[in-house]
Amino acid sequence: MRITKYIITSPESETLPSDIAMRIYGSKRNINVKETCFGIIINGEEEEVADLVKEIRAMDPTGIFIKDRGFPPGDPRRCRGRRGGGARPGYYMIESESKLLPLISRALASEEKASPGPKDTETILKKRPISIKKLDEIVKEEIS
Amino acid sequence: MAKIIIYPPTSLILADLVERMGHKSLVAPEAVRDRVTNPEIKSPPLNITPEDPKKGLKYAAVDVPSGVRGRMALIGPLIEEADAGIVLNDPGILTGCAGCNRTNELVRLLIKTKGIPVLDLIYPQDEAEARKFVARIKAFLEGLK
Repeated sequence: MRITKYIITSPESETLPSDIAMRIYGSKRNINVKETCFGIIINGEEEEVADLVKEIRAMDPTGIFIKDRGFPPGDPRRCRGRRGGGARPGYYMIESESKLLPLISRALASEEKASPGPKDTETILKKRPISIKKLDEIVKEEIS
Repeated sequence: MAKIIIYPPTSLILADLVERMGHKSLVAPEAVRDRVTNPEIKSPPLNITPEDPKKGLKYAAVDVPSGVRGRMALIGPLIEEADAGIVLNDPGILTGCAGCNRTNELVRLLIKTKGIPVLDLIYPQDEAEARKFVARIKAFLEGLK
């Protein structure tokens, strides 16, 4: 089943919709891409889109937001080019929520810092200096 | 992975946060997609058939405007499927997406009376509130695993 998703970048994100589109073209996947003023719309088979969404999120984990869309891109029932102009229904919700995206992005970033993922925790544990007791034992072993 | 009904059912922020934290968000576009991409278009342009308002009757009485019943035919089954819910209470933003305040009131009521865990929130207005907002959603969703 083909599904459609919106990929919307936070106004503060350094990733542009065109960067995401180029990434998708480069991946040579069978995905339809439509660039818009607020992000991009992608359409493709469900599994392929799910994989792609993971890749796109990795480009800017806290600055890219993704949601489902019912209609395929350019659908004449929604496309404003064919309906005589004006914002398409549903745009107002995206507009009002996109004002909050910088706040949510910063909150996600601080949340990530506060609770690092498993990989980060391992690195921190590896880099932690050894205790004085342990150092003392090593010194004694080396000298004796 | 739990199925989370979000309100507003078209919210970008909630849908993204739920999916990001490893759960499935139940959103209105999914219900719309089932109809508008169906190759058997029985009732163009949106493929809303006479069966849909009948489904809506399960949630709203016959004297309620037909638009409410039509919308409930899409959103009602999503509520039935849900294991938990996240509800944003902010009247400034909410009438637009579902296009009908009566439907919005009914959806909120059904989610809250279903007996599933529900997280009530409001849209954050500053950075401190946004941090609390994300932290509360994260804690709620982690508690469901």
